[in-house]
Amino acid sequence: MSTVILLLVTGLGLGALYFLVASGLSLIYGLMHVLNFAHGVFLTIGAFLGWEVGRRVSDGTWGGLLLSMLVGVVVGAIVAALTEYLLIRRLYERHIEQVLVTVGLALAGVALMEGIWGTDPIYTAKPAWLTETTEILGARIPNDRFLLIGIAVLVLLGIVLFLRGTRYGLIIRAGVENRHMVTALGIDVRRSFTLVFAIGGAAAGLGGVLASVYYGYVSAHLGSSLLIFAFIVTVIGGLGSLAGAAIASVLVAVLQQFANFYLGGTGDLAVVLALAAVLLIRPSGLMGKAAA
Amino acid sequence: MSEPILAVSGLHARIAGQQVVEDVSFTVPSSGVTALLGRNGVGKTSTIKAVLGLIDRTGDVRLAGDRVDRLPTHRIVQRGVGYVPEDREVFAGLTVAENLRLAERDAEPRRELVERLFPDLVQRKAQRAGTLSGGQQQMVSLARALLNDNRVLLVDEPTKGLAPKIVGEVAEALEAVADTVPILLVEQNLHVVRQLATDVVVLSGGRVVHTGGAAEFLDDDDLVHRLLGVHGDHAESDASEGAPAPEASATTDTTTEEGRA
Repeated sequence: MSTVILLLVTGLGLGALYFLVASGLSLIYGLMHVLNFAHGVFLTIGAFLGWEVGRRVSDGTWGGLLLSMLVGVVVGAIVAALTEYLLIRRLYERHIEQVLVTVGLALAGVALMEGIWGTDPIYTAKPAWLTETTEILGARIPNDRFLLIGIAVLVLLGIVLFLRGTRYGLIIRAGVENRHMVTALGIDVRRSFTLVFAIGGAAAGLGGVLASVYYGYVSAHLGSSLLIFAFIVTVIGGLGSLAGAAIASVLVAVLQQFANFYLGGTGDLAVVLALAAVLLIRPSGLMGKAAA
Repeated sequence: MSEPILAVSGLHARIAGQQVVEDVSFTVPSSGVTALLGRNGVGKTSTIKAVLGLIDRTGDVRLAGDRVDRLPTHRIVQRGVGYVPEDREVFAGLTVAENLRLAERDAEPRRELVERLFPDLVQRKAQRAGTLSGGQQQMVSLARALLNDNRVLLVDEPTKGLAPKIVGEVAEALEAVADTVPILLVEQNLHVVRQLATDVVVLSGGRVVHTGGAAEFLDDDDLVHRLLGVHGDHAESDASEGAPAPEASATTDTTTEEGRA
């Protein structure tokens, strides 16, 4: 029983990380139909700069961690907004070029960060409480899982409130359904493109800092390794569906944890098989719009 | 004669490499309803979309004398062009109230007018638009265009697929609105055209083949049959009934002109 609880909560923590990356990917695809392979760069640069600022101000403390998260959010948002403004904006409706540019940016971003911070993982310090465990129904749960889950829930609520309670949120929700009709109502939908990139980048940057807490290190490949699973989550959840991304994040991460433990480390294989099953049975994903 | 609110000259448009509008020229007077007619697939909807810049096009489009064909769609709309698309295109996942709020451009949107014309929408403001009937969705689509103080409305097949009772309600709403704003109307139902239109522009093969007064056109049974494939306004045009559309013959009478200037 305690093992099941541990795997469940650890899965939820990992799912929280997947959601922070996948939420932005899903919104960006839903509104702009851009498959953003550079999304991992937003995460990694957020993680590195968050760690750099946090450790210089107050390493291994709550203050340092909060500052890291703030820096991760801001850096992720700025880098994502600049990416949209300088590169993607010229390439809407040109899908091949989008893939080439975003893949190129992802490769260049990793190379740049390896050049600055080296190729080896850099181990990070965190507040003492996060290194401890809490017992739940006999399972000793690492405390950092609770932090990840709590922040992912707050991010989900924040994005939902933004989408439901603001005019820009309304434009984004309508744009995900029918971008051309939003334009035909006299709305410059491209402004919201930059905003969606910034929101996605902010979530990814925050995810980068939290990934460094979860794994205990920062690395130039942090983003690319999480991005693969975030793409799988986005497809399983349904491209463009925030709720789908949240549900699929949890399902994929929990499945991964259980398969790793009970099926001899086959977690990644189980996730890929789940992706194949969803694509065969429900190609539009769990919460995606069915193809016309 | 006052300046037309909308003047289209030498308009060409393509969709996926296919020429769908070819050298179309016409004007919409600053009052009344101008019906854009033609058999199915002649380019009526494409012409409306081309005016708005929703599809690739070339040509001269002027709104109250100002060229707008170099502006992006949202800027053209902001200058006072209301658009009611074919097939409604309401945002199915948004509520009725959200659909209407999204469309509000003016500082003082005309909510009272919309509520007076479509009281049913007030009752259903919290309902998701995707769960409305076709007629109710058409009300939402019309209401979105009427919320703002537009200089011209482009209304594309507003009665398509609706029950006769709803067709009457939609026509009444448009008739009430036409007193305050000129309308370019694409419509298959010739009863509705007779009820609303003051002028007609007839397309065939992506070109203008006839322009003139609506009543004169509809009273000319031979011309209507030749250009639309039906007899007068005793029935909807063949295109709306799914019958094969015979080729419109070349125009020969004095009220008919070629689209090319």
